[in-house]
Amino acid sequence: MTLSVHSLSFRYGAKQALDQVSFDLSPGFTALLGPNGAGKSTLFGLLTRLFTAPQGQITVAGHDLARSPRAALASMGVVFQQPTLDLDLTVRRNLLYFAALHGLSGRTAETRTAEALARLGMAERAAEPVRNLNGGHRRRMEIARALIHRPAVLLLDEPTVGLDAAARQSIVAHVHDLAADGLTVLWATHLTDEVRATDHLLILHQGRLLADARAESIAPPASLQQAFLALTAAPVHAAPGASSSPRASPQPTQAPT
Amino acid sequence: MIWLTALRAILHREALRFIGQKGRLVAALVRPLVWLFIFAAGFRAALGLSITPPYATYVTYDTYIVPGLLGMICLFNGMQSSLSLVYDREMGSMRLLLTAPLPRWWLLFAKLLAGTLVSLLQCLAFYATALLWGVNLPATGILLALPALLLTGLMLGALGLLLSSLVRQLENFAGVMNFVIFPMFFLSSALYPLWKMAEASPHLARACALNPFTQSVELIRFALYGQLNLPALGWTGLALAIFAAGAVWGYDPARGQMKAKA
Repeated sequence: MTLSVHSLSFRYGAKQALDQVSFDLSPGFTALLGPNGAGKSTLFGLLTRLFTAPQGQITVAGHDLARSPRAALASMGVVFQQPTLDLDLTVRRNLLYFAALHGLSGRTAETRTAEALARLGMAERAAEPVRNLNGGHRRRMEIARALIHRPAVLLLDEPTVGLDAAARQSIVAHVHDLAADGLTVLWATHLTDEVRATDHLLILHQGRLLADARAESIAPPASLQQAFLALTAAPVHAAPGASSSPRASPQPTQAPT
Repeated sequence: MIWLTALRAILHREALRFIGQKGRLVAALVRPLVWLFIFAAGFRAALGLSITPPYATYVTYDTYIVPGLLGMICLFNGMQSSLSLVYDREMGSMRLLLTAPLPRWWLLFAKLLAGTLVSLLQCLAFYATALLWGVNLPATGILLALPALLLTGLMLGALGLLLSSLVRQLENFAGVMNFVIFPMFFLSSALYPLWKMAEASPHLARACALNPFTQSVELIRFALYGQLNLPALGWTGLALAIFAAGAVWGYDPARGQMKAKA
């Protein structure tokens, strides 16, 4: 398992944001599907150690995030929902800055940056300020940047927000390709059309995990949207099996087809 | 090694951003220069200043307020660079910084140092302009004052970092102006000596003396004339230690307020 979460709970004052969430991820594409307010951002805050939870355990590539945070963070690449590029700096400079934050400098940093740019097909735009790039290119660049230190796990928090349909489709495909090459990907979204039938799917609602299975075993691809809406329409305590076993998969027959 | 690599990258990024935004230097210079050229000119006639250390002779008002305006540059810059973290525009890059595999206190220190070095550049530019304008100042004094300015910048930047971790309600810079910058600036020896303030109100003078900004302005004032004001150094250092410890606490993933920014 390259990313394991066990019994993770978190509350903001009286509001329970995450309740006993557990899952294990292997290399491949995992979609974390949840409506707004489901707890996805809290989960990402905890996974990236923006803050820590008093209960539960997170393990990244064998490193306990609480006990050896630096080793765990070094094994992780993150694409945040908010843009994190310096618009006035060049494409190359943005990549070098991130490489240095992960301890890469000199020739190694230059080589990795050049590789990343080549993968993006953006080698000739290295000297341009990021401001000149369109939204899709910026996002692809952030993904390439998150991989410069060759992490085992790539976390993406709603990475397609604000992109047009074509850019969205291309980025979804791009990250699926990365996962097919052996990367462990956790992709948070509230859009069911970004999930493929063969993906591992986690459905989060009101802080609880309602489903943890292959997407096609939860609902046929055509009806995933309805299944998701049906699951997340009900208050969470009414969801079958959710309170006793957060990993229970809902019955596909429940979904209106 | 990774520590230094990251520190260098953070400083380099700040320098590039500063150079890239040409308007930023001009904007940063306009504020203290308005005070120097207009405010000080008006007050020069109204305010007589007797001879107090570190001055060896009677000084005019514009000479008097230059150390305070150097402090003001550090104050605005410290608040601006730290509090910009609260706003969405910078929050993303702060989150990116905090996922670097380094101790958080080191990352915060690097960020703080980067902001402070920008303040120092602005101070140098301001001092040069004041000299050219004909204000009576020791020409090389600014070089002697660089360590004092560095300490002042770090202290005020650390205060800004602490505020950025604690305060959720500061939606805009105006709030910071009203509740932090103005009280700190006016309740200090930047614009009037403490003995003058004591004539008006002993209580206010006492409040001014407790203000760490007063201490750092006095530290700069003495340093410009090659003198060390030891108590001012001690108080500024103590304030830096307290604010820095508070900022590290505020950004601690287990205790801090970062969850409000998820």
